[in-house]
Amino acid sequence: MLPATVADTAALLAAGGYVADLALATTVHLALAMRRPLFLEGEPGTGKTEIAKVLASGLNRRLVRLQCYDGLDLSAAAYEWDHARQLIAIRIAEAAGTADRLALASDIYGREFLQARPLLSAIDPDLPPAVLLIDELDRADEPFEAFLLEVLADFQLSIPEYGTVHAVTAPVVVITSNRTREVHDAIRRRCLYHWVDYPDARRERQILARKAPGVPARLTAEIVAFVQLLRSEDLFKLPGVAETIDWAAALMHLDRHELDPAAVDDTLGVLLKYQDDIARVKGAEAARLVGEARAAAAA
Amino acid sequence: VTAPEAGGKLAVNMLNFAGLLRRTGLPVGPADVLAALAAMERVSLASRVQVHTALRTTLIHRREHQDLFDQAFRLFWRDPEAGRAAAALALFEAGKQKPPQRAPPGSRRLAEAMARPSDPKPRAERRDEIDAAMTVSDRERLQSMDFEAMSAAEIAAAKAEIRRLALPLDHRRTRRRRPDPAGPHIDLRATLRASLRQGGEILDVATSRRLTRPPPLVVLCDISGSMGRYAQILLHFLHAVANDRDRVHTFLFGTRLTNVTRPLRHRDAEVAFQLVSHIVPDWSGGTRIGEALGEFNRRWSRRVLGQGAVVLLVTDGLDRDGASGLAAAMERLHKSCSRLVWLNPLLRWDGFAPKSQGIRAMLPHVDAFRPVHNLASLRALVQSLSRPASPREMDRWRMAS
Repeated sequence: MLPATVADTAALLAAGGYVADLALATTVHLALAMRRPLFLEGEPGTGKTEIAKVLASGLNRRLVRLQCYDGLDLSAAAYEWDHARQLIAIRIAEAAGTADRLALASDIYGREFLQARPLLSAIDPDLPPAVLLIDELDRADEPFEAFLLEVLADFQLSIPEYGTVHAVTAPVVVITSNRTREVHDAIRRRCLYHWVDYPDARRERQILARKAPGVPARLTAEIVAFVQLLRSEDLFKLPGVAETIDWAAALMHLDRHELDPAAVDDTLGVLLKYQDDIARVKGAEAARLVGEARAAAAA
Repeated sequence: VTAPEAGGKLAVNMLNFAGLLRRTGLPVGPADVLAALAAMERVSLASRVQVHTALRTTLIHRREHQDLFDQAFRLFWRDPEAGRAAAALALFEAGKQKPPQRAPPGSRRLAEAMARPSDPKPRAERRDEIDAAMTVSDRERLQSMDFEAMSAAEIAAAKAEIRRLALPLDHRRTRRRRPDPAGPHIDLRATLRASLRQGGEILDVATSRRLTRPPPLVVLCDISGSMGRYAQILLHFLHAVANDRDRVHTFLFGTRLTNVTRPLRHRDAEVAFQLVSHIVPDWSGGTRIGEALGEFNRRWSRRVLGQGAVVLLVTDGLDRDGASGLAAAMERLHKSCSRLVWLNPLLRWDGFAPKSQGIRAMLPHVDAFRPVHNLASLRALVQSLSRPASPREMDRWRMAS
């Protein structure tokens, strides 16, 4: 059953451990209610993929994930014919003496020779309803986007040798992009668009409380204040929420109960992933940020 | 509340709102408006956030449009008399003299503010207007730029030249294949389909070959004062390249970095140049190469340098900031792209030693250095870029610096 109201959708996300703001909950609700794909764009580590996972478990559907990469083609994304079995079937037909061409053609292009890949699996009428996650679409190349259009518009897939496969229950489609390339307008038009931003301090504290239980409230506040300050710095790659969660776990592992410059310097690699950024923050800058973060957390 | 009436009013407001968005330049289509109306039925109209989100998620499709949308939303839906504001706006648009009702205060300002960026084609006089409106700082000389339009024959000639352009590493193998009788890979699917025509007998093996395509091209072009005399030719070049290949991103920089990819893609060169000169604030001013490249690295590199992009950097390397931060920015840029080509249109061949600070900071971080003695024509530019590199050329330049 799909949630009936925005509040129900928010509750569904919260039950799955996802702390969504009202705008995101509204967008997700609309995507479900209007049966439109959800197109989530945002910096890495802001929880785009997580939404699909939470939706799958919350709606009690299977999650079908398609990780995109450069050169992703039909045989990896949608379906592939099992050529070896087809060849054997032809040989057997020959040996049995049934050389009826038309019958042979329909035989070896039957469903049992068709190997489903994520896209076909997501709309397969014989399988239970699915949540289809098309992850990091910006990594795939443009020809693949063009192919996606049919699947996204009508939830169907045309296979020349076989026919058209329609979904009985439209899958919930979540598309994510990190913007390493601009995704084409034609895709955007078919989707509901949402830019997933870094959370504000309050929401990030809630996320941390959910995702890293056991971290003392004081430390949580300091961690979040520090990361929020870091995001206003002039860095090549800003830390995402995923990094905040990892960092909290790292500090707990080192038995730190409050931020101090030495601990920050030692664990900076969890937050920042470029040497230029680490060199820039390490030392005096980190000490200054720690001071400010602790003051902000105490306030 | 009678539902149809409320729905009708909502639909009218929605059309007005969509019209407002369109006039501000946002691409809002009829399908988007229908989706927005459908979305409104599914959210609580009492919740401002829900209504805002429902409209935003259906009407816009890019993050760049979000700020403008949010502003328009605030202006349009703030006023309970939005219908009247919209009516006044429509009248303003139509250029009529007297509105039948007194418009609520502020609606005219709103109309003007929203109507201004809607002009689809900037005309010549608008450039002066922008000049006057720009606050001139003492550090930045802001000038507008005139470009001669190309004749049809010149455009044809330019296109012919551009077709001869062969950048280094211009063929990148993709993972896609096309049928090719002499190709090295066996295409089992095509083979089987062909065999069925022979009653299942495989008579011929279908083969395929990998496709190659040019990698994305990112051009960073210096338009500071010292490069001023080449601006015209460079813009012609950029326009021809942007319209000849797909996946070309173009940035201009002097003291600031401006993305001119979209305006430059306009097929009419004259319109494209007007659009470009209209949005670039710092023609023929100073150069801060390090800062411009740093900004590119932070804001754009991850978005446009994917998939093996080649970067073409066009600059004379004369930096006003004494090359501060230039080496670091160049190093980061070099590490982020698959190939970095530097085209320097000011270098003299004879007896020139690249001693300037900027040049010395940049040379270690480029894959290919293409000096042009005197950039007089598009042909010279294309020839210089397409010339095969001699093996130890880069070493010689680095030694000299």
